[in-house]
Amino acid sequence: MFQLIWNGLFVGSFYALVALGYSMVYGIIKLLNFAHGDLYMLGSFLAFVVLGGMTGLFGLGSIPILLLVLLITMLLTGGIGVLIERVAYRPLRTSPRLAALITAVGVSFTLEYAVRQIFGASPLVFPIRLQGAPVEVFGARITMPQLVLMLVAAILMFLLQRYVMHSREGRAMRAIALDQKASLLMGVNVNKVISRTFFIGSALAGAAGVMAAAYYGTIDFLMGFVIGLKAFTAAVIGGIGNLYGAMLGGIVLGLLESFGTHFLGGQWRDVFAFGFLILFLVFKPTGILGERVVERV
Amino acid sequence: MSQTKAPRLKAPRPTIERPPAISGILAPERFMKLLALVLFVVAAIIPFISATPYIISILTSAFIYIVLAMGLNVVVGYAGLLDLGYIAFMAVGAYTSGILTTQFGLSMLETIPFVIVACILAGVIIGGPTLRLRSDYLAIVTLGFGEIIRITANNLKITGGPSGIHGIPTWSFFGWSFADGLDIGGIHFNAKVLFYYFVLFVGIGLAVVAVSRLGKGKLGRAWKSVRDDEDVSEAMGINGYATKLLAYIIGAVWGGFAGTLMASHLSAISPNSFEFLYSALVLMAVVLGGMGSTPGVIIGALFVSLAPELLRDFSEWRYLIFGVLLVVAMIFRPKGIWPANAVLPFLKKREIPGVPPTSAVSVVGASDEEVFTDEERR
Repeated sequence: MFQLIWNGLFVGSFYALVALGYSMVYGIIKLLNFAHGDLYMLGSFLAFVVLGGMTGLFGLGSIPILLLVLLITMLLTGGIGVLIERVAYRPLRTSPRLAALITAVGVSFTLEYAVRQIFGASPLVFPIRLQGAPVEVFGARITMPQLVLMLVAAILMFLLQRYVMHSREGRAMRAIALDQKASLLMGVNVNKVISRTFFIGSALAGAAGVMAAAYYGTIDFLMGFVIGLKAFTAAVIGGIGNLYGAMLGGIVLGLLESFGTHFLGGQWRDVFAFGFLILFLVFKPTGILGERVVERV
Repeated sequence: MSQTKAPRLKAPRPTIERPPAISGILAPERFMKLLALVLFVVAAIIPFISATPYIISILTSAFIYIVLAMGLNVVVGYAGLLDLGYIAFMAVGAYTSGILTTQFGLSMLETIPFVIVACILAGVIIGGPTLRLRSDYLAIVTLGFGEIIRITANNLKITGGPSGIHGIPTWSFFGWSFADGLDIGGIHFNAKVLFYYFVLFVGIGLAVVAVSRLGKGKLGRAWKSVRDDEDVSEAMGINGYATKLLAYIIGAVWGGFAGTLMASHLSAISPNSFEFLYSALVLMAVVLGGMGSTPGVIIGALFVSLAPELLRDFSEWRYLIFGVLLVVAMIFRPKGIWPANAVLPFLKKREIPGVPPTSAVSVVGASDEEVFTDEERR
């Protein structure tokens, strides 16, 4: 029982990290960034490359090295996120929503198949595989790497929360989410803030990608697709556009999946998650923490 | 009693001479219809020119793609609902008729009512809750729905699990089957060619004509108005939810029909044929061709299905290229290769001349200087 809860919390923290980016971007420019899940995938591949370059220098396999790689990868994926926003989304900011959505699908495809062309279609083995002796806590097996990864996720989320809620830039983000035109009139550099949002969201997705790669040990070019869907589900469950909602939704989805897998079998895990998405949309489309969004015309 | 006759009100004479309606072969409407007819006839005589199984097979697949793309055109092009799991409806259709023919011994024709009911059900289940919300939720829910259908097909016993269903029979009508072949005037038509004709006449003819006529009718105009501005169209008395749901269901039925065609064309289906990739390919056919434009969607579907066959080396790269093309098309040519209101340059256009810059309309109490026409204001 406790094992199930622990597994749920662990997987949920990954979902929450990816969902944060989804939620932030949606909150600020009302765009479903389909490419977000692929940034998660890109993060793991970039970490693969970075590690390949670093093994000669430091040797392999320790958690500090992984944290360094995590930092470098976050910067890189964040940069790519900003680039994507600049090239693909900014020209379409005033065009109909359908156009922007289709562009996002196009970007997602481009990232997936560019990675496939570079690294090949078969899964790669990630050079660092975190393993450790499990510790028994209340009958659940908890390993050291799991604890470290969860701690990293928690720290990242805490930093993000401080940043968005208690800093000048975060206030600008929240202002744009409320009313883009008004914040432009109040002297907020909208383009800059949106770029920054993309940077943070993409960096978090990249971090989740590195952590998942180090934990599961294999990476492949389609791994972002399902995670993207799950993260969106998590964001909807928590209330899309809401920072705390994304974290809560990730954890809730992780727990739901963990219990669902236990009772129904692993092959139905994804069906279970998307079924919940539809149920939530039927009964509480605003999510657990979301507020009613009034659409302005 | 003498009846006082009320003076009859007369409409004022038009101030400009309107040119006569365009007639002749170069009128855009008529030219496109003739062109379509010619292409249709050409497609019908292709088996007489070259009937290698390869050509017949890829052309049949391309035609099935056209049916599929026409269905998605109703959803995306006319009603403006982004459906990223469209292939799921194809899967519903293919699996319904596959299971019914192989396990219950029905003929392909008899499964059609079941396919339609199954697709309507699936459309209502997905569209019902999400179309009430006025946002992009539909896109991602359909994406999830596509995955649900694929995983379900992968794990159920009746769908044959990962290996799928094989041995799906071809079409038969009241005791006579395509597999028997047909001899007319000394020419033997084999099952493949007969199926080709079936798809060509029933699939394409019906799908293209029906969808383009749907788009022009009352319902089609309602779809387009909801797509352009839902609030305004609701103010004009259109029920936005019902209209969108109807578009979604019609698209679903079309997809299911294409699925049964595909199932009997390939005679085997497996969950791998219904991945997200194929939803994206059909979406690309619609977007690159031109959303809401019949000739555009046909061009797009042919491009998407034939390009990898024509350029073998290119097929490795095609998904990457398609991804880039989607972005580029949306930025530089958001209406596609052949937009809905495109007219070929050499066709006659009916041009209504602008109002000549004279003070034809005089307003009481206004001096002549104040009466501007549109021309002068610029």
